[in-house]
Amino acid sequence: MTQLNFSPPPPLTEATEKLRAEVRAFLDREMAGMTPAQRAASWVGRSPEFSRKMAEQGWIGMAWPKTYGGHERSALERYVVLEETLAAGAPVGAHWIADRQSAPSILRFGTEEQRQFFLPKIASGECFFCIGMSEPDSGSDLASTRTRAVAVDGGFKINGTKVWTTGAHIAHYMILFCRTDTKPADRHSGVSQFIVDMKTPGITVRPIIDLSNEHDFNEVVFEDVFLPESALLGKSGDGWKQVTSELSYERSGPDRFLSTFPLLTEALAMLGNRVDDRSAIVIGRIVAHLVTLRRMSRSIAGMLQRGEDPAVQAAVVKELGTSLEQEMVEVLRLIVDVEADLGSDNAYTAVLAHMMLHAPSFSLRGGTREILRGIIARGLGLR
Amino acid sequence: MSETANLLREMSERLFGEICDKSLLIAAEKGEWPAALWSAMEENGLTNALVPESAGGAGLGISDAFVALRVSASHAAPVPFAETLIAGWLASGAGLAVPSGPLTVAPVRTDETLQLEKRSGGWRLTGRAHRVPFARHATAIVVLAKAGDTPHVAVVDPGRCKIEHGHSLAVEPRDDVAFDCELGPGDVRAAASGVDVATLQAFGAAARAMQISGALARALEITVGYAQERVQFGKPIAKFQAIQHNLAMLAAHSAAANAAADMAAEAAERGMNRLVIAAAKTRCGEAAGVGAAIAHAAHGAIGFTQEHTLHFFTKRLWSWRDEFGKESDWSLELGRAAVAAGPAGLWPDIVAA
Repeated sequence: MTQLNFSPPPPLTEATEKLRAEVRAFLDREMAGMTPAQRAASWVGRSPEFSRKMAEQGWIGMAWPKTYGGHERSALERYVVLEETLAAGAPVGAHWIADRQSAPSILRFGTEEQRQFFLPKIASGECFFCIGMSEPDSGSDLASTRTRAVAVDGGFKINGTKVWTTGAHIAHYMILFCRTDTKPADRHSGVSQFIVDMKTPGITVRPIIDLSNEHDFNEVVFEDVFLPESALLGKSGDGWKQVTSELSYERSGPDRFLSTFPLLTEALAMLGNRVDDRSAIVIGRIVAHLVTLRRMSRSIAGMLQRGEDPAVQAAVVKELGTSLEQEMVEVLRLIVDVEADLGSDNAYTAVLAHMMLHAPSFSLRGGTREILRGIIARGLGLR
Repeated sequence: MSETANLLREMSERLFGEICDKSLLIAAEKGEWPAALWSAMEENGLTNALVPESAGGAGLGISDAFVALRVSASHAAPVPFAETLIAGWLASGAGLAVPSGPLTVAPVRTDETLQLEKRSGGWRLTGRAHRVPFARHATAIVVLAKAGDTPHVAVVDPGRCKIEHGHSLAVEPRDDVAFDCELGPGDVRAAASGVDVATLQAFGAAARAMQISGALARALEITVGYAQERVQFGKPIAKFQAIQHNLAMLAAHSAAANAAADMAAEAAERGMNRLVIAAAKTRCGEAAGVGAAIAHAAHGAIGFTQEHTLHFFTKRLWSWRDEFGKESDWSLELGRAAVAAGPAGLWPDIVAA
């Protein structure tokens, strides 16, 4: 059959539920002063201080070997921490990218030296990463990347421009995707990844203000930036393969369907017991989708732990999950009678405004809807 | 997947694949009972899968048995497989002997109740049940009825009931049954602890969720195959991005239905966790609607004909999503539970599901 396999997720254990209770107690304590609008930012909200506290608990780098500062816990235990922080709207954005995909890439493709240098720093919550993929002329068509690394004495010289780079203004390092061979056999070869110290001379980070007037993403310009040979991540020319495997981490997690969860809890708080049947049906349908997506996402966590390659399944979770996130805004606004207003004192009203303004980005970051559907279609053998 | 489940899947694929062909499906729509198919299912121990071994059944768990149910649905098997599984579980759970042959259950609608009254030397069963699947073909109807306030299970001979024929969209029998009959003392037992009409509805919903996942998987397969064969504008329509994206969504909803149905089967096995089943039936019902629409759109007019096989699956999707509670019924229950849980309790409830 043409079916995409989502094997049953690993079961919850006593250990995961004990951990869950610890995480909830921690979040109650540490997030006490946060406003609902701050919670709404969730995994794009950044607090280096909060990240350090998460690290102190051993909740960054949870599944890596202890040799590299990790905690050798299961992928499922890590999943518990992720989903609990997201459901609460914790400001986990500072370390999110490093923990989610940069570190797993370094662990998988990096040299021993790179692992020993970067991973303990990431696990201690003091080292943040950004992802240098998109460019002004290379968005969904990632393979058309123009940023170039030219081999020079002792390393590489980088020229080019990256754009929409989330968190580049606070990140210590970037994993840069760029072209190392300008005449490759095919467009997916001749590209490589580098770990770039953001303090390297020749790098300019310029803020790009988004439509909600927030500074989340940036333009990053490379002008004759020298990188030592040790900056190469993985094999030269293997960038496409590496980046594709990284995207399974980026696309399958609970951040792909829980971004708007704080809106649902604020709606419940606002409605109290005054919920008619029509509204209850709307809320119940959202819950049905969330429960199913959570199972699919945990199933992928199990596949990743077993070393399988769930790239197509990850695309399914991101496509269904971000569609739900966006739809939640559209349907909840119809059952609670307020006009969205960022400046409102009313929590739901402010959170609704935040979500409405950010919803378009959910199906852009990490691969557009159209790209994901293309990946699923390829998985079906249509392309 | 357990080894039992794997063996069951392979065996079921062979069985339904060999017997359940287009001519059988056409004959069934004309009212013919597929006796050979049913015999093969009985011979392979599928029909009494949920009856304990001590009572002469196969003694399987619900998750394992539902593997075969999914395969049967992926072949549109026009038999009361789900109903027979549930009837066997219900009767044996109450300590009643499970009759052989195709079985069905009643009532299948939550707003209907059947009554039992103690009589000298037995019981009297009264009430009406609408749209009972395959009642006309069943050797027995296993009913849940109230004796006073206590749920009881009774095994009833359909020959002693008044049956009016009706049909689902898939032209499967959905018959109205009027009960007004005397039953012997051995035909009635108190239901197993915790089992009532709501349990029956939840079990039915879990079964329909599983059947939807099977039929939708087949609709996806048929549609992908068609898109690769059908040539327009000089190339297979599967090469057009618009088609690819629609089929990607069909696959995504099919995958979600699969995951939801697995979840429902596990929940049914773990004490019939109602809210999980509610979520699964809601999700599968939605996937059925979206999926069937995409499958038909990709097929164009040929998929709209009696001649093409697609409708055997899409008509079942449309009817199964309505049965044992449609999306709105189960969403309402979920939504009320979410409101009762409140902002602080909702997330813990989702995790516990």
